[in-house]
Amino acid sequence: MNGMEKAMTVAVIAAATVLTRFLPFWIFPQGRRRPAWLTRLSESLPYAVIGLLVVYCLRGVDLTAPPYGLPEGIAVAVVALLHAWRHNTLLSIGGGTLAYMLLVQTVF
Amino acid sequence: MTRRDEWMRAARAAFPHTLPVLTGFAFLGIAYGILMRAQGQGLALTACMSAIVFAGSMQYLAAPLFALGFAPLSAFLLTLMVNARHLFYGISMLDRLRGTGKWKNLLIFLMCDETFSLLLNAQPPRGVDRTRFMVCIAVMDYLYWVLASVAGSLLGAVLTLNVEGIDFVLTALFLVIFLNQWHGCAGRWPAAAGVLCSLLCLAAVGAEQFMLPAMAAILATLLIWQALRTRREAAQ
Repeated sequence: MNGMEKAMTVAVIAAATVLTRFLPFWIFPQGRRRPAWLTRLSESLPYAVIGLLVVYCLRGVDLTAPPYGLPEGIAVAVVALLHAWRHNTLLSIGGGTLAYMLLVQTVF
Repeated sequence: MTRRDEWMRAARAAFPHTLPVLTGFAFLGIAYGILMRAQGQGLALTACMSAIVFAGSMQYLAAPLFALGFAPLSAFLLTLMVNARHLFYGISMLDRLRGTGKWKNLLIFLMCDETFSLLLNAQPPRGVDRTRFMVCIAVMDYLYWVLASVAGSLLGAVLTLNVEGIDFVLTALFLVIFLNQWHGCAGRWPAAAGVLCSLLCLAAVGAEQFMLPAMAAILATLLIWQALRTRREAAQ
């Protein structure tokens, strides 16, 4: 690609991204009555999406080859235990990340 | 209190919430800049991608495209597929962005995974304006990403610090949000449905392609669940 083509590619990718971000607000503008199923969906969907994102982050983990997802599994457990113990968001995130870095850099 | 004071208050309240994103974006953004360098792309393109597109996983995916032939249509379709999850964010945010007035479009434009997850759950402390609080979170996250990718592009391959594994910070962030929601009880059913549908699709079609089927499965499950509940309530 030359410079012009790169600029156009950036514009195309940006346009598609903007489309995915704005589309729901264009289809269901404020003020207009929305169907009841959509209101209910917008109440339950956020919970499901965060579950999807957790799986999305861990999608590259291979359970069939060493280290069999152990670093990720242990780090997830550290986050869960720290969070059950103190319920402090930054502590849970920091502790889990440090544990994971130690595991992938020194143990596995 | 002047408008400037109100913004300062909102910024101070917002900043601690963005710390996990700061850490994650510092690493992922720098890594993106370095990756683009390794693909032969300079500072201008990296900065433009981060500032105009502002969608991390798509930017990573698109990095090799610039070294290939010009193919705008496939770039467009690829972006739609990778970023289709934004549709979910939009639907979830329809009501939460009500009352944000002139800031609404900016908030929608800045709605990446991390900002979405923070805006979904973070509550401003008393006396801090909710809209300003949300704008501060979104703009801070945006600046972290743009500045980190610029830094990465400049650093090139000079970075020697061993930060392998620091990207887990984003996994941990989503996990903690998940746990907080679980603690709240109200959304356990949809949360479990989200995880199970995603895991099933991941096992069925693999990491590269599971997002679209997982989103379809989640939609179908939630809609069926709603329909059943509505019918049960109507029968009572």
